[in-house]
Amino acid sequence: MALTDFLAAAAEEGLLPFGAELEAARRFSLDAHEVEGAALGAGLLPERYARNSGSIGLAGQLALHESRVAVIGCGGLGGFILEGLGRLGVGNIVAVDPDRFEASNLNRQLLATVENLGEPKAEAAVRRLRAVNPAVRCRGLVERLDASNADRLLAGCQAAADALDSIADRLTLAAAASRLGVALVHGAAAGRYGQAATQLPGEDGVARIYAGAEAKRGIEVELGTLVFAPAVVAGLQVAELCHLLLGEEPGLRGRMIALDLGLIETSVFKLH
Amino acid sequence: MRVTLRLFASLRTGRFDEAEFELPPAATVGAALDAAGVPRSEAAIIFVNGRHADFDAHLAEGDALGVFPSIGGG
Repeated sequence: MALTDFLAAAAEEGLLPFGAELEAARRFSLDAHEVEGAALGAGLLPERYARNSGSIGLAGQLALHESRVAVIGCGGLGGFILEGLGRLGVGNIVAVDPDRFEASNLNRQLLATVENLGEPKAEAAVRRLRAVNPAVRCRGLVERLDASNADRLLAGCQAAADALDSIADRLTLAAAASRLGVALVHGAAAGRYGQAATQLPGEDGVARIYAGAEAKRGIEVELGTLVFAPAVVAGLQVAELCHLLLGEEPGLRGRMIALDLGLIETSVFKLH
Repeated sequence: MRVTLRLFASLRTGRFDEAEFELPPAATVGAALDAAGVPRSEAAIIFVNGRHADFDAHLAEGDALGVFPSIGGG
């Protein structure tokens, strides 16, 4: 029996049960990503996406499956972003971070647990995505993005998330993404505050945001960061990445949203 | 001329949320910040009437100036 026949026979009202995916992978010696691609290509929606379908649809789910996104930074923002991209069903993710978990990360970083202190963040990202959605191919790179490796780290990506914690590194990423034709969704958090913006290829929105910054770090040095700030900002970043991958106009293109989660206030400004 | 200055995030601490200032005609953003007692080193992102601007931009009567500190955490 061919793979598509097996999948069609196992489907119930267009949905492919999770157990049938596992059985298909075993029977046809495929990984979960390959089974998911075959199912979506045959018009069958894996059961895990049942609650995506009313908003994304089968064609959108296939587009997400075929997408590649780089998440640069796997800390406070990156952990929530990776979680969101995995559950959305983005098929290929590159998780980049040179650091290892420390106890001071536990207050806000989704991927940090008391059991993985000392572990590279990028490796924790790969393990988490495998547990959340095995159909995602996630590569973890324990590296710091810089001008010399940006081309390699962003290769083949349609979009990237700026989830870094250093202004200098953010500017390096933004310049590389703009030059390489990769859409970039910027996010930053400090204390109870946050901001996000979307920069399309050829644009310089992130450089404008930090044009007046004299120091390498911002007010997070004094305020620290409370967990809800990166959680909300990362949610906005995942939404923008989703829109970009589905070919929709991102709402934050050329604009910055500023969040005050103490006052629960939002403001939106034009960067160009 | 009068301009409105709105501070955001931690810039409000010990200062104000929003205030009006009387400035000479065509004063720059930098001059407005000096008049308001906001150090330029803390004013990382500037918007005039909702659009990105810098210290050298000239203001006009009724302009609304918004200023943010630098937020870089992840």
